[in-house]
Amino acid sequence: MTDPTVEIAGVSKRFGDTVVVDSVDLSVARGETVCIIGPSGAGKTTLLRCINHLERPSAGAVIVNGAIMGYKVVDGALVELPDRAIARQRARIGMVFQHFNLFSHLTVVENVLEGPLRVRGEPRAAATARARKTLARVGMAHKADAMPRELSGGQQQRVAIARALTMEPELMLFDEPTSALDPEMVGEVLEVMRGLTGLGLATIIVTHEIGFANEVADRVVFMDHGAVVEEGPAASVLRNPTSVRLQQFLEKVL
Amino acid sequence: MTTSESQRSAPAVDAMSLADVPIRPPRRTRTRASVIAILLVCAYALQSLVRNPAMHWHVVGHYLFSVDILKGIEVTLLLTFATMLLSLLIGGVLARMRISGSPVLRTISTAYVWTFRALPVLVVLVVFFNLALFYPHLTIGVPFGHAFISIRSQTVVTPMIAAIAAFTLNESAYASEILRASILAIDKGQWEAAAAIGMPRRRAFRRIILPQAIRIATPPLANDTINVLKGTALVAFIGVSDLLYSAQQIYQINFEVVPLLIVVTIWYVILVGILTGFQYMLERRMARKGIWAPRSRTVARIVERAT
Repeated sequence: MTDPTVEIAGVSKRFGDTVVVDSVDLSVARGETVCIIGPSGAGKTTLLRCINHLERPSAGAVIVNGAIMGYKVVDGALVELPDRAIARQRARIGMVFQHFNLFSHLTVVENVLEGPLRVRGEPRAAATARARKTLARVGMAHKADAMPRELSGGQQQRVAIARALTMEPELMLFDEPTSALDPEMVGEVLEVMRGLTGLGLATIIVTHEIGFANEVADRVVFMDHGAVVEEGPAASVLRNPTSVRLQQFLEKVL
Repeated sequence: MTTSESQRSAPAVDAMSLADVPIRPPRRTRTRASVIAILLVCAYALQSLVRNPAMHWHVVGHYLFSVDILKGIEVTLLLTFATMLLSLLIGGVLARMRISGSPVLRTISTAYVWTFRALPVLVVLVVFFNLALFYPHLTIGVPFGHAFISIRSQTVVTPMIAAIAAFTLNESAYASEILRASILAIDKGQWEAAAAIGMPRRRAFRRIILPQAIRIATPPLANDTINVLKGTALVAFIGVSDLLYSAQQIYQINFEVVPLLIVVTIWYVILVGILTGFQYMLERRMARKGIWAPRSRTVARIVERAT
């Protein structure tokens, strides 16, 4: 594991008195794919949202490419960065949401172009060419001028992946990307995600698709009650779970 | 004979025999009867108006396009559009203040909306008309300090300015509530998706949230515009010659009260009709990019023919 892209160090998140994420340590290297599994309410999604600072961790810190996410150190204390600086950090992290969240007033290609044009300030011609290439990569080039509401859930999610990819991220975060999809559309999205493993990105996937995790993950992390219970290579964690809780969980989902 | 009779009275239906039976719409006898009754009432009401000798239709025709009335329309429209333009600007600022993180800004915005929704427009109008009683001089300068420019209120605050200011204070409070609700109606996921691709909040608001919120706000804002248009008739109280007051000035001289009120009615109906058509076109243009379809086919046909 050379030069970790993401280092999560003692991250906790509390909402009022409820501890949702309980001092999690995790690091993911460049080119590595990590799947986080666990029962609902285990804090998987919240942990993922702490990584790109959509949630502000209550304790601990996330380091992405050597920089503390969302904070700077001032006189030995963490001080939250201004909005613009956090935005700059987020521009290098792609995120795919459970409910796609495509910009509903923009066409497919405009959705993908929004980042390169408005965040990175690329010239339109070059950005458009790249956006179309990315759309082709997820098999959505033929729908470039459609509105999001005209697409199926699986198609919307593939566009959402393209939108994240055109920002050329070093880290991709997937938040239950297939949980809101009809069963017959899960496959096409997983197929696109499979195609990303060779790109050399660090990838963190929160998922309920155990079979998919087993197939693509270099490591699997099992979370329960906000804490990491078990972690290791996919094959050993999923086939020979050591903890009782993971054994019970796998029995239920498999 | 007996068998066919027993078949007819049997409740069971042979489904196969219905396969080729044509479907006819039911005769809605009662609906038809009430439609006829309503049409009769309408026809009677209309003829009682049209043939009413008090109408003096030739007077209506004479004044419908008279210069004074047309000038009045110009004033009415100017008041309406100036008010709406300023109200949208101020309402937008108020809405952003209301959803901002700062409790001070939120409180100020809330207090403003509370005050100007509470006050009758007429009260605000008369207050502004009499502004010189409160503030004889308007000054530009350092607060609590040196004044650079000072002018008499009466020269700046003409009745027209007073009217626009009063209507704007009132309408901006309502517009801000419409805009605030529209912004809050946008799914939180849109903010998050914008943040995730690296947009700062302000740009996310302008590029992603606002365009979607405006679509939601268009029908209620168009509604407000119509209300503002009619509300401008209140300027009769402070002697601004809008559509209504121009007509009043005429009938105070020639006593043709009813025909001139008919002229006013006709024009208000036409102006609101134009605004409605404009609203429809706006909604249709936005519907092309999604969200909602036109509501009235009749309006759709009229506008399509006109454009």
